[in-house]
Amino acid sequence: MPDMIELIAPSVPALRRYARALLRDRAGADDLVQECLTHAIDRWEQRRGQGDPRSWLFSILHNLAVSQLRQQRRRGRHLSLDDAPQHATLVRAASQEHGVQYTELLRGVAELSEEHRAVLLLVSVEDMSYAEAARILDVPIGTVMSRLSRARQTLARALDSQAPLEARRPVLRRLK
Amino acid sequence: MNAQPPVTDDDLHAYVDGVLALSRRPFVQAHLESHPEDAERVARYAKLREELREALAPIADEPIPAQLDLKRLVRQRMAARRRPTWRLACAAALVFAVGGASGYALHAFTQPASAGVRALAREAADSYRVHAVDPARPVEIAASDRAELVGWLAQRLQSPLAVPDLELAGYRFLGGRLVTTPHGPAALFLYGGARGDKLAVLVRPMAIEKNTRMSEHVDGALGTVAWADRGLGYSLVGAASPAVLHPLADEVRRQAGGG
Repeated sequence: MPDMIELIAPSVPALRRYARALLRDRAGADDLVQECLTHAIDRWEQRRGQGDPRSWLFSILHNLAVSQLRQQRRRGRHLSLDDAPQHATLVRAASQEHGVQYTELLRGVAELSEEHRAVLLLVSVEDMSYAEAARILDVPIGTVMSRLSRARQTLARALDSQAPLEARRPVLRRLK
Repeated sequence: MNAQPPVTDDDLHAYVDGVLALSRRPFVQAHLESHPEDAERVARYAKLREELREALAPIADEPIPAQLDLKRLVRQRMAARRRPTWRLACAAALVFAVGGASGYALHAFTQPASAGVRALAREAADSYRVHAVDPARPVEIAASDRAELVGWLAQRLQSPLAVPDLELAGYRFLGGRLVTTPHGPAALFLYGGARGDKLAVLVRPMAIEKNTRMSEHVDGALGTVAWADRGLGYSLVGAASPAVLHPLADEVRRQAGGG
């Protein structure tokens, strides 16, 4: 199936980027992309001849991510929001490339809710149109717009108060 | 520019993301010139957008780990698809053991069987009793004339058809025939095992239950697994318990594209 490989391969780097930024966990993100690719291979025949599979691949990945996050939440892992490994991978990856330049930005992104983070990433990093994002997230386009607006607002506000953000961390830690 | 609806928050985001309609662009630009607080917000969001893209770009530039090598994944999936052979061979052995044991009585569930997949299961069992045991002429058109058989049955059923292949499970396709049911014509495909045991697959269009899950039925000494997929009803029948026949039915369903 060489045509399948040729059509899927160009999306793999972007799928990895989206998964890692959404999950904030490097190994888990690649596992999820692997699961996504496996699903795509298994279902390829069902979508044969429908052109660029990019947004189709993203919707598979997103559905897998949502069910994984839901499971984690059921196991109570959301309580560890402030745990170092949670957004450390995302922040570290960027720091290696750019020094500390984007550390605060990525911390801000990591602290957004999943719903807000997903929309922000799909639209501003993965170049999905609003309609594509709506299909991938399976929500109306109006919801995409309101989440995008809230995500940008929240992120900008968090970055405007960088110092308090730093100061907040020990407080959160004490709550554990 | 005066017929334009007022600038909304959505317009500002579309402007940031470069997806604002060209016709609307001058209007939004004029708005930004006269509303410095919105202009500031747009500039801020545009900067965040650029920084976020730049911050995450290195992830997409990393070499792809072996775990995500597509050629390898495709090979793995192919191997996984071939694996059912094993289960099929076991099922085939059991069909013979159970079907061949004389006097094996399967407890009959008494179910009303006038419509839907239950009717389908009963039709398959009835057809099996008449045709599968016929020593002289079990099929109308033999496997050697497969194309003619499929063409004819597809035309009579007014539906595309394919002959399920159970060769891997040890059942050779013998041929097929048209049979009568209370719900119109149906195709009956017949298969022979190495020890003379027979399986049949009945296929016909479904008027009401166009998609159903697989269900198991018992009819005297015969077991049946029946289901419907995209308007076609399928029923696999043999002289064995439906649990034993189920993996064979799974294979038929998989080949028909019903996953």
